[in-house]
Amino acid sequence: MAIASAPARPAYNDTVVRGFALAAVIYGIVGMLVGVIVASQLAWPELNFGIPFLSYGRLRPLHTNAVIFAFGGSVLFATSYHVVQRTCQTTLFLPKLAMFTFLGWNLVIVLAVITLPLGLTTGKEYAELEWPIDLLIAVVWVAYAIVFFGTVGTRKVRHIYVANWFFGAFIIAVALLHIVNSAEIPVSLTKSYSAYAGVQDAMVQWWYGHNAVGFFLTAGFLGIMYYYIPKQAERPVYSYRLSIVHFWALIFTYMWAGPHHLHYTALPDWAQSIGMVFSLVLLAPSWGGMINGIMTLSGAWHKLRDDPILKFLIVSLSFYGMSTFEGPMMSIKTVNALSHYTDWTVGHVHSGALGWVGLVSIGALYFLIPRMWGRKTMYSTRAIELHFWIATIGIVLYIAAMWIAGVMQGLMWRAVNPDGTLVYSFVESVKATYPFYVIRVLGGLLYLTGMLIMGWNTVMTIRSGKVQPATIPPAVTAAA
Amino acid sequence: MDILYLLIPLSAVLVLAIIGLFGWALHRGQFDDLQREGERIFDEPDNG
Repeated sequence: MAIASAPARPAYNDTVVRGFALAAVIYGIVGMLVGVIVASQLAWPELNFGIPFLSYGRLRPLHTNAVIFAFGGSVLFATSYHVVQRTCQTTLFLPKLAMFTFLGWNLVIVLAVITLPLGLTTGKEYAELEWPIDLLIAVVWVAYAIVFFGTVGTRKVRHIYVANWFFGAFIIAVALLHIVNSAEIPVSLTKSYSAYAGVQDAMVQWWYGHNAVGFFLTAGFLGIMYYYIPKQAERPVYSYRLSIVHFWALIFTYMWAGPHHLHYTALPDWAQSIGMVFSLVLLAPSWGGMINGIMTLSGAWHKLRDDPILKFLIVSLSFYGMSTFEGPMMSIKTVNALSHYTDWTVGHVHSGALGWVGLVSIGALYFLIPRMWGRKTMYSTRAIELHFWIATIGIVLYIAAMWIAGVMQGLMWRAVNPDGTLVYSFVESVKATYPFYVIRVLGGLLYLTGMLIMGWNTVMTIRSGKVQPATIPPAVTAAA
Repeated sequence: MDILYLLIPLSAVLVLAIIGLFGWALHRGQFDDLQREGERIFDEPDNG
């Protein structure tokens, strides 16, 4: 657009944001579909069909990689590139490199979709991809860091908005975790061995694994929370000061929670206890942030009644609060003695994944997608409302089923007769779990249905919208 | 547990780096007017 009196304002680089936003919706549907398939396989093992490529052991890592790195990763790329430009009042640093991160990240995902069903895996949970893909991830991630920090470095506003601190911590931590944990010795193009062995490997793996939860699935999405909740509620975050405290407290205390994944293993007892103590400490910053986000609606609670996007965002925080209470509790060794290796863990993970990460992502995407395609709102607000209720009912079914199944399994496994023999054989606990596995399939199916509604709504929004370059507003640029 | 000779120094370096970063932010006035900074995201017209 040309304004006669003023030089043309630079436009934000939103092409890559649009790409990642669309990718997020597609990968969300695919990843959750694979989730429903593996959940069905647990209830009805015949669904493995005797085909190695479709067996549970190969599809399960495909599900976790698809929902965490393909769906979650795309959401994080899209939102961070969107937020960092708006809050820094500048365009992306090296937009071509940003486009490279889009292509590179999608290549990683395609390679994962090919290699995991073929059974090519390092066997490290959430880090299953083999060494050539690990190298590609590292290159893409360094490019991401250059684009993100370059943009922050060339900002036109002196203050760095709190969301960018969370995104920045997420980018640096994930780079460090990935490089240390993926140290491996290749023996062929498709096979490598970890550089660590035995309990050393377990320690590195869960140092990585838990911090991946902390930085990929928490810090990054807190960045989303601190921008999109205030924007959607049209009021600043309840306490900006508390959000700063939240950030520093969280990153100072996160790094050593990992050993709680290794309670009662060969890991030294004191290391397990350190993991437990740090996990308990984490309750404080987590709940501070949760309360801060929810209280943003203080004095404007009525908005929650009419605005389904705010419902997604605020309910995501209540799941964040629930799972950050449940997590520290489960890290207590005596509780863990009951919960470990049961489906309670699976329920806990999905309370965080479907409830917190999923809902906050969906809420942010519903904010982002119409604006990226030149509209004020999504094509159908009623469809968002429907999506919200279907997704929420799905989550409740899923996690309630897993809680009951998990506690039941834990109690059955530890039940001992007076003569010291076990009351139940393992297979009896499997049999007792069957109805809960069926309920889980139903919960997952509902959540997937919600994503399909979102897919339809996204297509209709894009078809009826028109891409309009958003320019950096002159008034703000001048004031900064 | 030789791995701790890697992980513990790594954590120590990281904590020092975080302290350094916090000091940088403090001295550069990042936290001077937090009330205003929390509201700045509304300066922009809602055009995406």
